[in-house]
Amino acid sequence: MPEARPVEQFPMARGRCPFDPPPELDRRLRDEPVSRVRIWDGSEPWLFTRYEDVRALLADPRVSADPDRAGYPPQTPGIKARRSRFKSFIGMDEPEHAAQRRLLTGDFMVKKIQAMRPRIQQIADELLDEMLAGPKPADLVQAFALPVPSLVICELLGVPYDDRDFFHRCSKVLVSREATAEESLAAAGELQGYLGRLVEKKIDDPADDVFSRLATGPVATGAMTVEEAAAMGQLLLVAGHETTANMIALGTVALLENPDQLAAVRDGDDALLANAVEELLRYLTIVHSGRRRVALEDLEIGGQTIREGEGLVAATDVANRDETQFPEPDKLDVTRKARHHVAFGYGVHQCLGQPLARVELQVVYRTLYRRIPTLRLATPADELKFKHDMVVYGVHELPVTW
Amino acid sequence: MKVVVDQSRCVGAGQCVLVAPEVFDQRDEDGIVVLLQENPPAELHAQAKEAAQLCPALAIEVDG
Repeated sequence: MPEARPVEQFPMARGRCPFDPPPELDRRLRDEPVSRVRIWDGSEPWLFTRYEDVRALLADPRVSADPDRAGYPPQTPGIKARRSRFKSFIGMDEPEHAAQRRLLTGDFMVKKIQAMRPRIQQIADELLDEMLAGPKPADLVQAFALPVPSLVICELLGVPYDDRDFFHRCSKVLVSREATAEESLAAAGELQGYLGRLVEKKIDDPADDVFSRLATGPVATGAMTVEEAAAMGQLLLVAGHETTANMIALGTVALLENPDQLAAVRDGDDALLANAVEELLRYLTIVHSGRRRVALEDLEIGGQTIREGEGLVAATDVANRDETQFPEPDKLDVTRKARHHVAFGYGVHQCLGQPLARVELQVVYRTLYRRIPTLRLATPADELKFKHDMVVYGVHELPVTW
Repeated sequence: MKVVVDQSRCVGAGQCVLVAPEVFDQRDEDGIVVLLQENPPAELHAQAKEAAQLCPALAIEVDG
C-alpha cells in the first residue's frame, strides 16, 4: 500500500518564472484538481484549481465569506483578526453584503469612472514629468506605480493625500503574510481611528467624495455607524492602493521581459489596450493567496463531496492558467480573449473597484511606454525583490532607467 | 433573442456595460443594471451572451 503523503502547506512556493503560479499548483490543476492543503492555523481546507470549479464555488450561495464562521480558512493570522474586529462587506453574506455594497456601487459604476479618465491621465503625466526630471535610475514603484492609484483613490474617497505616509505604512502591514495578529490589529486600529475622525468631519463639512456621501447619507440617517463607515473605508483604501500599484509595477516587468508584447500595447489602438489590460490581469493574478470560503451545507463541486463547515480555497491564479479556457495559458498574449478571467474573483464578491482598476491600468500602461519608449530595468529581472511575503503579489522596488 | 435581468441579484460590477453597452446600462443613483433592449438585434447577440457569461452575480439570462 502506498504511504499517505503529508498534506502540503498552502500557499506554496513559486518556481523559476516569477510570473507563473507555484509549480505544485500547476501539477494539481492537471492531476488532482480538487485536493486538501494545510494552512497556517493547521486546518486542511479543500483547494480548487480548475477554472470551472473556481467559478462554480465562488458563485454558489451555499458557501460563506464570513471569517467568523467555524471552518473558514483565513489567509493570515492578521487578516483573521482584523476582519472579525472591523467587519465590512467583503466578509459578509447576503442580504447584509448587498445592503452595504450597494451604498458604493453608484460611485464605482462604469460611467462615473470613465468620467475620471482625464484626471487620471493628468495625474499620470505629472508624475512622469517629475520622474523624468529626476535622477536615473528611479524606483518606478515610489515614483509612479504607487502614487497614481494612491492619488486617485484619495480624491475619490476624500482622504487627504498629505497623510499618505501614515496610511501606506498601515496598508503594508495589513497585506503582509508575515504580520502577526497583534501587529495587524494595531495597524487596522490606527487606520480605523483615522478614518472614523475623517467621517465625523465630513458630517459637518461635506465635499464631493465617497466619505462625504456616506457621512451625510447612511451615517446621518442612522442606517450605518461611524465605525461601520470607517471599516468600509479601510477596505476601500487598502484595496485601492495595493492592487493597482502592484499591477502597474509587475505588469511593467512582464512587458519589459516580453518586448513584442510591450510594443503591441504601446502602438495598438484602444481596443487592443483594453484587451491587454485583461490579459495582464489574467497572466499575473496578483491576488495570489486564493479566495477563501466555508461550506454552509453539504454540497458537491468539481465531483468532490464537501461537508458543511469545511474550508474552501479557490486558487484563482492557477485557474487563470487553465488551458481549457486559455490556450497556451503560460504565454503572455495581449491579443487573446481573456476578459473572462477570474483575477477580480467571481460571484457576488467580485471586485467592486474593477472599473477603476481597468481605466487606471489602461491610462498608465499606454502613457508610460509611449512617453518613455527607452524604458528598461536597471536591475536584472531575476534580482528583483518579488512580494512572496505579501497577500498581494508584485515587486517591492522596481529600479528603471531610460 | 430575449434578455432578462434580475436587479435584485446585481452587484454592480459593470462587466455587462463594458461588453454590451447598447444592451445594458447602470442606474445613475446606485449603479444597478438597467436593460436597454429586451430583444436586441442579431448583431448584438454575441455581446449579450458574453455579458451573461461574465456577470459574476448570475443576474443576466439570455434566451435564444
